[in-house]
Amino acid sequence: MATTMVKENNAGPAQLLGPESASERTLYPYVTGTSVVALKYKDGILMAADMAASYGSTLRYKSVERMKSIGKHSLLGASGEISDFQEILRYLDELILYDNMWDDGNSLGPKEVHSYLTRVMYNRRNKFNPLWNSLVLGGVKNGQKYLGMVSMIGVNFEDNHVATGFGNHLARPILRDEWHENLSFEDGVKLLEKCMRVLLYRDRSAINKLQIAKITEEGVTISQPYALKTFWGFSAFQNPTVGAEGSW
Amino acid sequence: MSSIGTGYDLSVTTFSPDGRVFQIEYAAKAVDNSGTVIGIKCKDGIVMGVEKLIASKMMLPGSNRRIHSVHRHSGMAVAGLAADGRQIVARAKSEATNYESVYGEPIPVNELAGRVASYVHLCTLYWWLRPFGCGVILGGYDRDGPQLYMIEPSGISYRYFGAAIGKGKQAAKTEIEKLKLSEMTCREGVIEVAKIIYKVHDEAKDKAFELEMSWVCDESKRLHQKVPDELLEEAKAAARTALEEMDAD
Repeated sequence: MATTMVKENNAGPAQLLGPESASERTLYPYVTGTSVVALKYKDGILMAADMAASYGSTLRYKSVERMKSIGKHSLLGASGEISDFQEILRYLDELILYDNMWDDGNSLGPKEVHSYLTRVMYNRRNKFNPLWNSLVLGGVKNGQKYLGMVSMIGVNFEDNHVATGFGNHLARPILRDEWHENLSFEDGVKLLEKCMRVLLYRDRSAINKLQIAKITEEGVTISQPYALKTFWGFSAFQNPTVGAEGSW
Repeated sequence: MSSIGTGYDLSVTTFSPDGRVFQIEYAAKAVDNSGTVIGIKCKDGIVMGVEKLIASKMMLPGSNRRIHSVHRHSGMAVAGLAADGRQIVARAKSEATNYESVYGEPIPVNELAGRVASYVHLCTLYWWLRPFGCGVILGGYDRDGPQLYMIEPSGISYRYFGAAIGKGKQAAKTEIEKLKLSEMTCREGVIEVAKIIYKVHDEAKDKAFELEMSWVCDESKRLHQKVPDELLEEAKAAARTALEEMDAD
């Protein structure tokens, strides 16, 4: 009656059969979400992600919730292949269900869920059939804040602020400079919005429709979608081709 | 009721001349020897209670759970051989999660009851398997409201307003019939179930017992869970006073 582990298709025999057999492992992602950014603040974790799912270079779906609450104590944000994210949510749903059925006053905390996800991702990678996601797992249990990340190859770590994809390059430098312990809720949100604004300007798969999620000891709140204020009135954007080679 | 099988009772695949399968009847005796288990359907949910006979003073209270959640919305109370009961619960959990992964909705209670009954019945068809020595009361809350089923070792399953199995089942059934279940809320039902279990408990034959109760109702947000501690204590206190009043007469 143990929790059922990854029920994936057995890639073994098909791979050995030859060119006619269908490929049964993930080779490329198709519908993808972009960065997720998260940080620890005074009361818990704040996480932000936009609501876009791209189909290659097309911004195909614009109301995708890429952050979901897991059990009572955790919040999961994902970038990468959305269908794999949905599969991960199914595994976690079963995990939490079996945990709840014990009805013994205990419940899985963020550290446990993060460990489980790491095992799942790493084992899939070892079979050359990865779940094409970068996951951010944050939560609070018994006053302890936890924020961690798992990548599609099973790399996992814990930190005070994490980001996936482009967020690693654009958001984390901002966070390294400006994050400090015991940020207030308002300051945390301002900092996250600053990161998301930079991503909106510079990441072409980002859209101006985002959600910010907060998890504290009391529980999870995911905000309604909203848009950031942007400023495009820079003088350099007026007559952008002035002085450029070959322009008139 | 007890007739000697003499030769027709050695295997579950043998009928007797008068059309009985003795092995199944003997399995039912195992259930009759265990502590009483009752379930009632109130107007807003199900309440189940178990009279857990304590084998040893060394046992920690709260251990040896007899009521198990099968899914978010349903639970099972087991009477009879506890290890057999664990197997049935495991199968029920597996059926419930399988149904949800295929059909995308929580398993309807009548569907779950049917599957559990089929599984129990399966073990009465082959000579290399023995029948389950336990009866199960299954309570759940789905789109069609709260429902209560009882599955016996023979594989029979019926839907009930109120059901009882185990030692005190006759006395318990009489008490349940006195209740006006359609007008009762689960909060009131918890008190009544506690009273009944305390009443049918035989002080002379079995010394100590622990009361375990669970519910699935509107108040528990249609989730199957243990009855909250304060309500459980309230129920136990009410049951004890009712017993004292009866003794005082």
